[in-house]
Amino acid sequence: MKKVSAIIKPYMVEDVKNALKAIDVNGLTKSNVEGFGKQGGHKEIYRSKEYCVQFVVKAKIEVIVQDEMVDKVIDVIIKTTRSGEIGDGKIFVYPVERVIRIRTGEEGDKAI
Amino acid sequence: MKKVLFTMLFCFISLFAFNIIQAEDLTGIQEENAVVETTSAASVAEPTEAVVTPASTIDTGDTAFMLVCSALVMLMTPGLALFYGGMVRRKNVLGTMMQSFVALGVVTIAWVIYGYSLAFGPDIGHLIGSLKWAFLNGVGLDPNPDYSATIPHQLFMIFQMMFAVLTPALITGAFAERFKFKSYLIFLVVWLTFVYCPLAHWVWGVDGWIRNLGGLDFAGGLVVHIASGTSALATILVIGTRRGYKKENMPPHSLPLTLLGTALLWFGWFGFNAGSALSAGQLSASAFVVTHIAAGAAVLAWMCAEWLIRGKATVLGALSGAVAGLVAITPGSGFVTPISSVFIGIAGGLVCFFAVNMKEKLGYDDSLDVVGVHGVGGMVGALLTGVFATTLVNSAGANGSFALLKIQMISVVAAIVYSFIVSFILLKIIDKMFGLRVTDKEELQGLDLSQHGESGYRF
Repeated sequence: MKKVSAIIKPYMVEDVKNALKAIDVNGLTKSNVEGFGKQGGHKEIYRSKEYCVQFVVKAKIEVIVQDEMVDKVIDVIIKTTRSGEIGDGKIFVYPVERVIRIRTGEEGDKAI
Repeated sequence: MKKVLFTMLFCFISLFAFNIIQAEDLTGIQEENAVVETTSAASVAEPTEAVVTPASTIDTGDTAFMLVCSALVMLMTPGLALFYGGMVRRKNVLGTMMQSFVALGVVTIAWVIYGYSLAFGPDIGHLIGSLKWAFLNGVGLDPNPDYSATIPHQLFMIFQMMFAVLTPALITGAFAERFKFKSYLIFLVVWLTFVYCPLAHWVWGVDGWIRNLGGLDFAGGLVVHIASGTSALATILVIGTRRGYKKENMPPHSLPLTLLGTALLWFGWFGFNAGSALSAGQLSASAFVVTHIAAGAAVLAWMCAEWLIRGKATVLGALSGAVAGLVAITPGSGFVTPISSVFIGIAGGLVCFFAVNMKEKLGYDDSLDVVGVHGVGGMVGALLTGVFATTLVNSAGANGSFALLKIQMISVVAAIVYSFIVSFILLKIIDKMFGLRVTDKEELQGLDLSQHGESGYRF
């Protein structure tokens, strides 16, 4: 089992969720995050005072899938979110040791 | 801390004791008044005429209007709390709002005990009122023709009280995010006593020297805005900049709050300016109209100036413009025509915009721009009143002229010098005795938690 985690633009979350649902991924966790990368920050002006906001607002999505699904999920995320410009985000893949469904106590692939 | 609480408790107890005595006094006074009126009426005029002119000349329309206006001006203080609260960082939102809101408690009681009497009571040397009206002694339900012949004297008193509540709260924007709450309460009381009350007496009190000079200040350009603006400058000089000023980003945490606050200020300002006519009629309508027009013109002026110079028309710019325009029209609101108010609004918006920009270069941490908006806007308004005033609008006013402009300048300079020097001294004394600033740790933690033990948001 693997965890695929992606930092993406916040307004892409809905599209990615729908695209992943279409390939039978049956769960996803999303969080609102801020960070910096190549994209850099943006300028905000308050009463003529300019502030450089270096942390950019992003969304982080996490899905746990069976090993053979990983490449498919990565493909779907890239297809949905790639615009070719700086700031599209990044995907990370981690190994997952155990997955347990709390309600039934099921473990492994059955619990995903 | 215990000492402070005990003193407050003592004040309340003595207030109640005094009230009982005063209630007895008041009935005595009313009887005396009745006797004096009948005897004087009998000696001066025919008895039949005395019957035709009743002792009370209360106008129900005026009274109803002024009750509503007083309530409108009251709303400006919580409006100001929202205006300022939105502009600070989220860890200071409650502390900042509380500095405005608590004035509704502190100033109300101080005004009742002695404030109203100092400001409007019988004159002493053209400088201050006497304490004859302390505890509202003699401030009854009959009109006081010296101030307002058609509404109960108590209504005039409460209308003026709302101004006294708002004015010190305006200063808090300058020293936002770093003032110790305990010291603030002390500052609130002494500032009201030694700056606001004398100034109000000079400008509005019977026999006050600026009033006698013929200076025009319809709704408080001097007493409210120039006084709070210059006192704000004094506080900034005494208390110093916020920790991390110019090194850290300190953007407003919630401009929607600021927008709501601006809207409430604008709304309340109708009571502030139109109500300063003290009657419902042509003058109040004129003041209402010019107030709104000036605010609108200033929104456009500030927004366009910022758009041209900084490249974006910001929301905070539009909101700041509205307040700047309202400040600028305040002293002239009962003396100028609608077209003049367009110019006053534009001038207020532009001059305040440039004043706020200049602050950056001077390096003062006037956190929420009280000097730039209220001080400078008040000055612009007071001087332009000397230019645009016309007796066509208000026969009790004057026509714009060099002579009038000179009087306006004298009164502006007097207000600036007086409020700056006295505020500076008061702050130095409070600083020596109690300390003005919160500790570094408390400042990092934020006023909400360190001063009040609460957080503004829990999500």
